[in-house]
Amino acid sequence: MTQGAVPAREADSPPPVEVRGLVKRYGEITAVAGVDLTVNVGDVYGYLGPNGAGKTTSLRMMLGLIRPTQGSVRLFGRNPMESVEALDGVAGFVEAPTFYPYLNGRRNLELLAAWDGGDAPDRIDSALEIVELSDRARDRVGGYSHGMRQRLGIAAALLRDPKLLLLDEPATGLDPAGMRDMRLLIRRLADQGITVLLSSHILTEVEEVCNRVAIIRLGKIVYEGAIADLKRGAGTTYRLETTDDERALAISRAQPGIEDVRAQNGRLSLKGEEVAVAQLSQALVEGGVLIRALVPQMVTLEDLFFSLTEGGDRVVPASEPEPAASHPPSVEVAG
Amino acid sequence: MSRPGVGTVYRWELTKLRYQKRTYLGLGAAAIVPILFVVAIHFRHDRRGGDFAFSSYLTRSGLAVPLVILLFGAVWMFPLITALVAGDIVASEDHNGTLKTIFTRSLDRSQIFAGKTLAALTYAVAAILINGTVAVIAGSIQSGFNSLQSLSGTIVSAPKGLELVYVSLLVYLIPIATIVAIGLLLSSLTRNSAAAVVGTLMVSLLFQLIGILPGLGGLQPYLLSTQFNAWQGLLRTPIDWSPIIRAAWVCAMYGIPALAAAFLVFLRRDVAGG
Repeated sequence: MTQGAVPAREADSPPPVEVRGLVKRYGEITAVAGVDLTVNVGDVYGYLGPNGAGKTTSLRMMLGLIRPTQGSVRLFGRNPMESVEALDGVAGFVEAPTFYPYLNGRRNLELLAAWDGGDAPDRIDSALEIVELSDRARDRVGGYSHGMRQRLGIAAALLRDPKLLLLDEPATGLDPAGMRDMRLLIRRLADQGITVLLSSHILTEVEEVCNRVAIIRLGKIVYEGAIADLKRGAGTTYRLETTDDERALAISRAQPGIEDVRAQNGRLSLKGEEVAVAQLSQALVEGGVLIRALVPQMVTLEDLFFSLTEGGDRVVPASEPEPAASHPPSVEVAG
Repeated sequence: MSRPGVGTVYRWELTKLRYQKRTYLGLGAAAIVPILFVVAIHFRHDRRGGDFAFSSYLTRSGLAVPLVILLFGAVWMFPLITALVAGDIVASEDHNGTLKTIFTRSLDRSQIFAGKTLAALTYAVAAILINGTVAVIAGSIQSGFNSLQSLSGTIVSAPKGLELVYVSLLVYLIPIATIVAIGLLLSSLTRNSAAAVVGTLMVSLLFQLIGILPGLGGLQPYLLSTQFNAWQGLLRTPIDWSPIIRAAWVCAMYGIPALAAAFLVFLRRDVAGG
């Protein structure tokens, strides 16, 4: 998978996606409240957020389907609201891909290829093969399963020979095998040099395929940057089990270098550098508390996602800014 | 990259119509009504005819059949058939959620709108021509391909009568084009196929209702419903062009704003659902 590497000749070209100050209001409701994000060439970029956070509305604005109230979207430097040419080299779908149910799969692709022009019609067979729908291409789309429609949506996108794919929840509604196939497909497309922006709330999917993410909450970006930076910024969490949790809690909270000490489910969790944790273990023993277990926990994207999107009171500072992004991967206080 | 144009949209809109049941519902109705009408004439006991235009000629010339059907179907039947497609052609995209699919291809919205408008017009033309042709054939089988008496009482030869029938259908297409524009507007505005189809028909009937309200007789020449009968000017000797010319500008008065509004709604709308 490409990990955001920018070839020198492309370094000066406009990024595939550049969103600045994007706002969408529907009357009193603000669906998107000032989104800034940048997707660089080669990124597989995850756009994360709970339902209703503003992901789909943002994607619709990126594809020129709805007009922003404020702010701008540039795809390879072009404004999708100004002309349809801005979508050259761009493909994708928002929410579920949609087709004419009374036409078969191939006929739907023929229509879309005709509406794309150029050599798009020549790509129908290969697109159907890539998404493994060649055998069902003559069936009416009305009889397709959700997974088949998702795959047909990818095929429809591939007709445009895209350099940028915008996919909204591509694995939603798929069974485990379908989700795995979709992940593999996205990876394969990324390996072919296609920049991908995918929105999702399936965090394992994002963690497996994406190199960079933006996390949106209540219409605002609360993190943008590399997943690795996000995890690094979160520090290491330890699980602590002792013979006297109450006392251990007090000792831990008093120990320098130990943060975010919490008691939950009959055990403690805390954060700290290795040295501080080693000193804590010594302090516990000296304080008469025996340690049953002191285990470093792998911080998952899911943990970070929930800490950023569920209104927690933690600040999760990212350790390094992302050089290519105009906004450093700093994290706001969620809530 | 060679870009597609309005012609591409138009061809594919016709292809889509070919695969939809409602297309055949409308065209089927247009074809079957004249047959049922002729069967009814055949089995009618009192064959002296009614008291409406051409009624006394129904049994003397088959060419009277399309004109009688046009007379009675002008305000509701053909507008309904037309609305079946014009009212649906944008709203069905909303229903299927396919607007977002087609708006993210290589055609701009004005091209898509133009293609859809042409397809809806083509369907209306096809329905009226099918109806007229079936009526001529069925009528001629029933009553013969005979000369026709005009509204002024002069006798028109059968070939000339046939020509007048088709020119009448063409003139009738002027108000029908307005119905297409109204259908497109309601289709774009309501985003609901049933509401747009029924709404379009209701507009046609509403004009008819306004026309019969006491005290509003002065409005009659400027109502859309009046223009549905403009073709009758062709069947006078000499031809009375005034209702036809009036139909052209009155229909433009209703149709162009409706089409322009539909275009603007289509062009500027947010595709937020589906």
